[in-house]
Amino acid sequence: MKLLLMGNPNVGKSAFFSRVTGINVIASNYPGTTVGFTRGFLKLGQQQAEVIDVPGTYTLDPTNKAEEVANEMLKDGDVIINVVDATNLERNLYLTLELLEKNTPLIVALNMWDDTKHRGITIDTKQLEQLLGVPVVPTVAATGEGIKKLISQIPRATSPPIPDRSQDERWAAVGKIAQQVQTISHHHHTCLEHLADASIKSVSGIFIAAIVISLSFFLVRLIGEGLIGYLFEPLFDGIWSPIMMKLSALLNNEGFIHEILIGKLVEGKIDFLQSFGILTTGIFIPIGAVFPYIFSFYLVLGFLEDVGYLPRFAVLLDNLMHRFGLHGYAIIPMFLGLGCNVPGIIATRVLESRKERFITATLMSIGVPCAALQAMILGLVGNFGGQYVFLVYVTLFIVWIISGVILNFTVSGFSPELLLEIPPYRLPPVRLMVSKIWMRILSFLKEAIPVVFIGIFVINILYTLKLFDYITTLTAPVVSGLLGLPEEAIGAIVIGFLRKDMAVGMLGTLALNAKQMVVGCVVLAMFFPCIASFTILVKELGFRDMLKATGIMIGASLAVGSLLNLFL
Amino acid sequence: MGRVVNLAVTQNKQITINHMKAGQKGTVVEFLGGKGLARRLQSLGIRIGKKITNVSSMFMRGPVTVKVDGTQVAIGFGMAQKILVSLEDE
Repeated sequence: MKLLLMGNPNVGKSAFFSRVTGINVIASNYPGTTVGFTRGFLKLGQQQAEVIDVPGTYTLDPTNKAEEVANEMLKDGDVIINVVDATNLERNLYLTLELLEKNTPLIVALNMWDDTKHRGITIDTKQLEQLLGVPVVPTVAATGEGIKKLISQIPRATSPPIPDRSQDERWAAVGKIAQQVQTISHHHHTCLEHLADASIKSVSGIFIAAIVISLSFFLVRLIGEGLIGYLFEPLFDGIWSPIMMKLSALLNNEGFIHEILIGKLVEGKIDFLQSFGILTTGIFIPIGAVFPYIFSFYLVLGFLEDVGYLPRFAVLLDNLMHRFGLHGYAIIPMFLGLGCNVPGIIATRVLESRKERFITATLMSIGVPCAALQAMILGLVGNFGGQYVFLVYVTLFIVWIISGVILNFTVSGFSPELLLEIPPYRLPPVRLMVSKIWMRILSFLKEAIPVVFIGIFVINILYTLKLFDYITTLTAPVVSGLLGLPEEAIGAIVIGFLRKDMAVGMLGTLALNAKQMVVGCVVLAMFFPCIASFTILVKELGFRDMLKATGIMIGASLAVGSLLNLFL
Repeated sequence: MGRVVNLAVTQNKQITINHMKAGQKGTVVEFLGGKGLARRLQSLGIRIGKKITNVSSMFMRGPVTVKVDGTQVAIGFGMAQKILVSLEDE
């Protein structure tokens, strides 16, 4: 049996899914969190039922890719669990009526039931059941209230006879039902609501955004540096280094195996950034240097997501994004891209047109460095002084803006207007925040560690077979002529195809000066996407558009790199 | 559907929502655009005859945020210019 979780965007379907299946999926407080679908299982009496978390949709007329997915799924569902936001009954019921017309057995979960009380909304669920002809169960997915009852009622799901209606007739019917079952008493604005309103007004909104952004950067830096300084550095220097020295001695300090596992010893010691063995640098980059920032970034991002701040940011930046042929919502994928470009690019599915998706994905690949890359930039460029880190960020930001404007003029297609539901601020449930950050960390580790291992292995093979020498001579005119980097920097650029954090790590072994380090990092950030983003670009944009995007990235990175080399 | 005008409120002053001030209330009387526009707005709960309150209008032709029923919806400036409301008496 297939159970479909369907409903409007941001009504809590994903939180609901996690509750009934025990499988964690990312849930946030903004419309469009889920763009693909996740399956899980639920025990219903004796049999296993498959549960599918379907992307949210307002109607069954799809306006974007995520909603098309929802429509596709509808065909092979046996029972629909229609998750309804109880605080916004009327609009949500429109989809309910549309779903009922499909004649699939349906049950309604009146979610966010707890919110109705302090919003002065009362709903007569018995009467709603009668009017709709299907079971209605109040639930609170965030806390789990009512979920058991809902599951026990699934066998009662039915598809009552219902006339096929036109849009206007359906809205009229919805209006009538809402009027009969719902009473709304006046309620005063709460503190959170005042704050919510202030954050989308022109003056106070910009003021709040400035505070939120600077506080976020400050916190990410503080927590990241704190973890490195007080936890990871002592761990690596005090515990891991001596173990590795013993291993090195066991391997007689040299040979191919030593080279692969430990790498080079610097003044007879292991240098976690210079040695470049699998067990030294290969462990240190993902765990010791990048992980602390992954953790701190996703902690802060998760909080902003769950509170519901991101859509407000979209409203503030709508005007700027229009210069790029986008609208404000496109800033949300960009934000996710600051963690990792892969989920960022996938999130572009909520954008309506091909033009928007192409521009957003390309801009993200060019000008939005992922957290892993940023961690390495902060660490290695930071050694030369904060002003150089600042220079890298400012350059990338300017590149992002200029590329956006150019892309808007050169990419044909249509740029729709922003139309976005702004959710109320909510205090994030700790359980959901913890499970979300855990999922993201796990997916980082699963993705990063094997690739770093493979990368280091490949580098060593290339060096041993003298293949790098060949590539180096071939690319020297560009690398040292145009970019002013030592010829060997091509090694880092090649490795950048695998992982950018490791590539910056390789730049660190080349004894570059501050200017070269800035050029190198900017070029690496803008150049060819890493293999994970590359795969996702092919999948989301198609092969031809991916080639175009990649061409733009390579051209732009060489141009900007040369300019920096000339003028710094 | 064509242009549906709510007769009961035609006597009041009518403006498009980008001209509303924060806190002003009005009733949607007409969508000055095609069916596609009406459909997108309707799916977010903005329909003819609905009471809406302006929450904010972002400066420099930014989005207009309105409150309809319990929720807030941000509407791009171009689209906001096509939503005609009849202002409530103050």
